[in-house]
Amino acid sequence: MTQLNRQSASPIKALALASAAAMVLVGCAAADEEQETVAPTASETQEPAAVGGNMVVGITVDPDTIFPWKATQFQAFRMLENVYDTLTAFDADLNVVPGLAESWEISADGTSITFDLRDGVTFADGSSFGSEDVKYSYEAIQDEENAAVARSTLGGVTSIETPDADTVVLNLATADVGLLANLTSVNLAIVSSDDTEESLSTATNGTGPFVLESRTAGQNVVLARNSSYWGNPTPLDTLEFRVLPDEAAIAAAMSAGNVQMAVFSDPITARTVSGGVTVNTTPQLSYHALMLNARNGSMTSTDVRLAISCAIDRQSVLDTALLGEGEVTGPITSPAFKSDPNARPCPERDLAKSAEYLAASGNAGGLEIDAIVAQDLYAGAVDIAQAVAAQLAEANITLNLEVLESGTYIDRWIAGDFETAIALNGGRPDPDGMYGRYFPSTGNLNQVSGYSSDSMDKLFADGKVEGDPAARKAIYDAVSKELEDNAVWVWLFSGYTYTATSDTITGFTPMTTGSWQYLRTTGLQ
Amino acid sequence: MRVLQSAVVKKAAGSLATLVGVAIFVFFMLRAIPGDAISASLGTEAAGLTEVQRKSLEEYYGLDQSLASQFFSWVGNLFQGNLGFSVRAQQSVLDLTAAALPVTFQLAVFAIILALAIGVPVGMLAASRVGKPRDVIGQALSLIGLSVPAFLLATTLLTFLAVNLGFNPNGLGYKTFFEDPVVNLQQMLLPSLVLGFGISAPIIRTTRAAVLDVSGQDFVRTAKAKGVSTRRLQFKHILRNALIPIVTMTGLQFGYLLGGAVVVEQIFSLPGVGRQVLTGIQQKEYALVQSTVLVIAAAFVIVNLLTDLLYRAIDPRVRAE
Repeated sequence: MTQLNRQSASPIKALALASAAAMVLVGCAAADEEQETVAPTASETQEPAAVGGNMVVGITVDPDTIFPWKATQFQAFRMLENVYDTLTAFDADLNVVPGLAESWEISADGTSITFDLRDGVTFADGSSFGSEDVKYSYEAIQDEENAAVARSTLGGVTSIETPDADTVVLNLATADVGLLANLTSVNLAIVSSDDTEESLSTATNGTGPFVLESRTAGQNVVLARNSSYWGNPTPLDTLEFRVLPDEAAIAAAMSAGNVQMAVFSDPITARTVSGGVTVNTTPQLSYHALMLNARNGSMTSTDVRLAISCAIDRQSVLDTALLGEGEVTGPITSPAFKSDPNARPCPERDLAKSAEYLAASGNAGGLEIDAIVAQDLYAGAVDIAQAVAAQLAEANITLNLEVLESGTYIDRWIAGDFETAIALNGGRPDPDGMYGRYFPSTGNLNQVSGYSSDSMDKLFADGKVEGDPAARKAIYDAVSKELEDNAVWVWLFSGYTYTATSDTITGFTPMTTGSWQYLRTTGLQ
Repeated sequence: MRVLQSAVVKKAAGSLATLVGVAIFVFFMLRAIPGDAISASLGTEAAGLTEVQRKSLEEYYGLDQSLASQFFSWVGNLFQGNLGFSVRAQQSVLDLTAAALPVTFQLAVFAIILALAIGVPVGMLAASRVGKPRDVIGQALSLIGLSVPAFLLATTLLTFLAVNLGFNPNGLGYKTFFEDPVVNLQQMLLPSLVLGFGISAPIIRTTRAAVLDVSGQDFVRTAKAKGVSTRRLQFKHILRNALIPIVTMTGLQFGYLLGGAVVVEQIFSLPGVGRQVLTGIQQKEYALVQSTVLVIAAAFVIVNLLTDLLYRAIDPRVRAE
């Protein structure tokens, strides 16, 4: 399962404030009056570090593509965001700031956004950047034939105008509050109108701070400073993503000083790193859940789902399966919209209430249900499944575990061919981006989520256009409440990742999304 | 001579049949595994694809052809020296394999040399005094070699040396012998030790059993009675006659190593064929996996063939047959 969004170790309060500020910036689409936004760029907010040096980042698998519109793999994503730019960007606090667009204006009804493009930007091959490149890129991403992964982000864009070389106008079918934030994804990178997917699959040609120097399959990807970058030049001469396929090997390489930075998923391995290395624990936006398919078997009964939800002690599952490394969560994990994990029909495990729900469903004598579990998609899945099954057994619910190879699991998951599924799903800063594909009846993952309702459709439609941050928060609180009250799924907890950085590194800022975009301001002492 | 030619032709025909069998088996087994390159690449995100997007991606990954068409196209390309193309690496499989095979070959050679250097002397020593301390030590060593998993030994060695001595040449990124011979040899040291130690275990046991077997035969007693020196007896008469099972075992182990010691290559970050196949399977890169497996099978078959020929050089009785 691809996880691209992670949250840093920054204090949650600060994040909430920062994200609220982000909402002020991104949430102006439906405002009554036109608003103009100009903010410092991601690069401008950072002090440049010492110039020079070659830095090595340890990764377990090499990037599977260098073409930004099709990148979903974590390593590819993190590498490419240092090579390509987008119209908008996030700063370290998740505020939407200018990227290739220096500023933008949103029409009064929110259905048109006019971007003023940055001057003096060139692609790595020396060709100049302009509005035609934006139009070319976005229209190509919209084209189904190109199978770009972020096509749905531009689904509401009805036309793209280029009044002059420095101006682009996006016309929308309806206001879309989250669009400016969603445009920050490298899947929406702006490429030159002279380039094609074929040409960009073997060489990069971006406007970002680095250019691809070399790529050796199974060994490394080396980026070099882009001397024509429009922002502050990156301090590093080269940035190498070195493939060390085992986390223990990366830890050993960091201890020996061969690697200066890495992200670990295993806390025990991360703690074996020694010698001038700092390890930061970073909570993730992704979450572990027991997905209940409300269109399949006994899960069609709300009482059955509630019986399951009441029978599970989330903290106990977390302690048993992941040694307590995580936090119990509700449906929405992004700080600005975070669900209260106790706001559910059974805030604590309640076997008596579970029995009541079970009896109400006509299964007083007990119930047998099936769960699919991926054996090799991510660490801990089988442990979580077994801990959940043990707890449900005490509530007279037998959970039959089907432990599957990842390919089979994904096929069954995609087809919605399961009664329940142990899953690790990715999270996003914006709740519409996070669940807008799952729970509205028209969402392209709705068949997987197994649940929809008229009230849910309306909530998501309202959330998309609501510009007032407080009102928007209230909408997604209502989404969260409906999901929990109907025990649509059982949200369990969010885990952590562990970012290790050598003490010789300066200027690197971990991002709440897990992004490595601040490698552009990183230097070596 | 005609007998030899006939034997070689028979063996070659058998080898060819084996390779054809491997090709068919690996081709269809790969496709029997659930999932494809699209779901391997996109994971559960693939659920959001529209029909047009899926078709486009099927075309991109070459999944839009029938199985028969894919098979014959692959086999046809093989005969032209085209092993296929890796979409992920944007390189031909031939180039990727040409880069990975020497890494694995070097590792296999070093590991076998170490295994023989440990296994044969220890096995001979153990057999020379059955039940005595040297035998017990030899057997214990072989038991440890068989029991300690390679991943445990590899991880322990790697972590211990890196943390305590700051020694971790494998963290520098792989260097070929021609790029940097010193670093290359350093990078091969630990993985060869780990593999060599593991493989020495069956060689100790085989050597001990073969030496004991030969030692009890009439010609050895006769040689002893004729006053042949112990040294000459051990090496010229006993070891030479005990070599066939040792060579067989060594050949099998060498063939196995050419298939890629996946775990050791993985832990020591060596870009050999084992890792190439593993990555290919994870990414469902059919062309990469099936062609690399075929190359490995061919290497195994060649090693087997050479082992058979070696029998003839070692043992006059085989020549006589």
